[in-house]
Amino acid sequence: MNKKPVSPLLMKTKSAGASILSSLVCILIGLVLGYLFLVILNSKSAWKDGLLPIIKGGFKSFGNEKLMKTGAHMKPLGMEIAEAAPLIMTGLSVAFAFKTGLFNIGAAGQYVLGAFGGLYCALVLKLPWWLCLLAATVCGGLWGAVPGILKAYLNVNEVITCIMMNWIGLYGANTLMYQNGKSPMYFLKQAKTYTVASKSPKSLIPSKIFGWDMTKTFNYSAMTIAVFLAVIVAVIIYVIINKTTFGYELKACGSNKNAAKYAGINDKRNIILSMVIAGALAGFGAGLFYLAGVEQYNPQESTALPGQGFNGISVALLASLNPIGCIFSGVFISHLSVGGNAMKQSVFPKEISDAVSGIIVYLCAFSMLFKGFFMKLFEGKLFHKKEGGGKK
Amino acid sequence: MSLTESEIKAVSQETMAPNAEQPEYVIEMLNITKIFPGIKANDNITLQLRRGEIHALLGENGAGKSTLMSVLFGLYQPEEGVIKKNGQVVKINNPNDANALNIGMVHQHFKLVECFSVLDNIILGVEPNKAGFLQKDEARKKVLALSEKYGLQVDPDAIVEDISVGMQQRTEILKMLYRDNEILIFDEPTAVLTPQEIQELMQIMKNLAAEGKSILFISHKLAEIMEVADRCTVLRKGKYIGTVNTADVTVQELSSMMVGRPVQLEVDKKPAQPGEVVLDVQNVTVRSHHHGGNAVSNVSFQVRRGEIVCLAGIEGNGQTQFIYGLTGLDKLASGKITLLGEDITHQSIRKRAKHMSHIPEDRHKHGLVLDFSVEENMILQRYWQPEFQKAGFIRFGEMRKYSDRLIEKFDVRSGQGSITKARSMSGGNQQKAIVAREMDRDHELLVAVQPTRGLDVGAIEFIHSEIVKERDEGKAVLLVSLELEEVMSLSDRILVMYEGEIVGEFDPKKVTVEELGLYMAGAKRDTPSAKEGK
Repeated sequence: MNKKPVSPLLMKTKSAGASILSSLVCILIGLVLGYLFLVILNSKSAWKDGLLPIIKGGFKSFGNEKLMKTGAHMKPLGMEIAEAAPLIMTGLSVAFAFKTGLFNIGAAGQYVLGAFGGLYCALVLKLPWWLCLLAATVCGGLWGAVPGILKAYLNVNEVITCIMMNWIGLYGANTLMYQNGKSPMYFLKQAKTYTVASKSPKSLIPSKIFGWDMTKTFNYSAMTIAVFLAVIVAVIIYVIINKTTFGYELKACGSNKNAAKYAGINDKRNIILSMVIAGALAGFGAGLFYLAGVEQYNPQESTALPGQGFNGISVALLASLNPIGCIFSGVFISHLSVGGNAMKQSVFPKEISDAVSGIIVYLCAFSMLFKGFFMKLFEGKLFHKKEGGGKK
Repeated sequence: MSLTESEIKAVSQETMAPNAEQPEYVIEMLNITKIFPGIKANDNITLQLRRGEIHALLGENGAGKSTLMSVLFGLYQPEEGVIKKNGQVVKINNPNDANALNIGMVHQHFKLVECFSVLDNIILGVEPNKAGFLQKDEARKKVLALSEKYGLQVDPDAIVEDISVGMQQRTEILKMLYRDNEILIFDEPTAVLTPQEIQELMQIMKNLAAEGKSILFISHKLAEIMEVADRCTVLRKGKYIGTVNTADVTVQELSSMMVGRPVQLEVDKKPAQPGEVVLDVQNVTVRSHHHGGNAVSNVSFQVRRGEIVCLAGIEGNGQTQFIYGLTGLDKLASGKITLLGEDITHQSIRKRAKHMSHIPEDRHKHGLVLDFSVEENMILQRYWQPEFQKAGFIRFGEMRKYSDRLIEKFDVRSGQGSITKARSMSGGNQQKAIVAREMDRDHELLVAVQPTRGLDVGAIEFIHSEIVKERDEGKAVLLVSLELEEVMSLSDRILVMYEGEIVGEFDPKKVTVEELGLYMAGAKRDTPSAKEGK
């Protein structure tokens, strides 16, 4: 009789190992392909001015003695971490919806709404930072609710509604923040929204935690506790998905809607809730970005959807939809984008750096494929070991 | 009464008589071993198919029949063993190789294009053409000749979705013959047929064998094997048990070879003692999602405590939709359902489930979340109850304990016990897990839709005795079954459904299988249809 031949722990380890390995393989292949691309464009500078800065990412100034004396070498690392926070959140947003069988391609729109909600509360209402964050979360959640409701009650494909909601959200939020330059949030001179610091310093996410001033360590003013908040949320999402009855329901709906219905689970409610939470996560991410003052929002220039929204898909896939994994993949994608910006602009224009990180991100999406391969590899090995150990 | 080991071996030996010039066997699978993680699906199995014989492959679910056939079709590569065609070793890497060796298969679920004609389906993939233009006349001639020769009546121009299941099956057989296949494999071919159609199929198989085709007949229905097969190879739990001449063995012996112990073929039950009404169904009508009409029209009946009522009928006559309506998976167009005196017509599924257990027809669609583990599936309707959750957090310890208990009690076999993904279990064990879950839940009414579908004799025996036990404990049982044997042996009352209506009510002791068959096929009906415009 084959009873309990494999311990649950071993199973979990195998699965986790396969996920991590597959992600690493994807990253590696992506880097190689990206490098080939750079070589084709300019073989001489491909390494030094191309791939190397990308690999270094936020660590690019490490080793630069002049900068190290002043501590300025930490700034790119700070940027990397600050920009990772929203990516972790949009990644969580996509991963969470995926668990319920929904493809939240609307994270970008929810993110924009979150940005609007957070900035409005900060610049106009001048509320404390946590209320602003809450507003960003609520706005994102509301934006996510629409595709959820349409999916649940009218069976409209969420991908289509999400894409439409993205553009409605973008132009709607831009209009509100610009209003022909008359918006109280718009600073005509800079052609951007006011900085949160200038209008309402208490709306900025704090930089100090237990007496540790992060802005000093990283020599970067937008370095806040945002990334810790993102990590905490990731852990909470992990617990919800894996430990609670709510997560159980969501997963049941996601992997077999019919069986969920058979079991008396309210699939409509779960679809809507799942989209609301996904939207809220994306909105929260926008709050973490704009309320930290990493950038000001530019309603006139932003006629394209923010990259954080779509990169969330890569983050989620690279993490094999694991919320904890999203923390690491979020930091990694941020690493790539900081590194990409550091490529020598005279040799490789900015668009090329985007293309290279695009290739890597694109390959990341294949990590699911590789996971199956590694699982098989592990199981094959495992089985032979058992056989060798003696039958029965 | 069973055969001794040595007797079985003796028969097997005798069949291995060598014949140098004309190889005796068209296909030989010698010492096949196929290993999956955690399980030896095939352990040193030998199957030798003679020219012109009907060879049955008998085994319980999970015995390794499907795996063996997948090896023959090149879907799996065996770890050990060889396949020989006409005495020559052949390598089969994919189904195309199998086709090239003239091996064809009629699957349990037909692989036909519903909206194509019979002829188009037959030639699909090997269309005769000149310079890219179809030459259908040629094909038609060949098909008609074949259908004449083997007695396979089909209408070549009929659209598949309009024709009977029997004709669809004949189309599948013609597909194999059209490709000049010599080795024909029938995978559980009688599961979807009426008794009359089964008789026809048996005759067709005999004709084919007489014309020199070699037939491999996969089945777990012993009576059919005894009737039609010349020899029978038996597998059990992945192991080769033996090959016997069906003329030399009894049904009892075959079944104990298959199960490994003597089996009770008849359901042992006392006369029913019907009590109060548990389920009262009045004039229930359910709309069809496929066509504008009603899938179920005006169905009324009652189920009492301590009786097993069976809805019999051929697949697709409204049983599925009726059960959807009863269990809340679909809305009723009209009618009223009362359970334990409470009107549940408009209640949610969860409320109904309080007193109703439901073994669903389609275990993959409704019964299980395949990506969940066994233990997660075991609490599918109960995860929200205090036993399994505290403040919204699942009590994993309780879940594991509960699941382990059910696995033990119902002998659900899987690679890794409670943590096995449902997807990786064999169909029979998936079904057992569902049965375990539903029977263990509190309920007064058990709705069992084909509870033994795809199960082996041992498991069927077990589930049947559990259902009878339920009845004797005073539960009401509503059984939906397509298997007439099951209907006859298990039920206390039979209702035959035809085109969404109940056309007859019978006492299983006073009706014959043939009589039921006529009602099921719509040739006879007792209750005149009250509906106008029908």
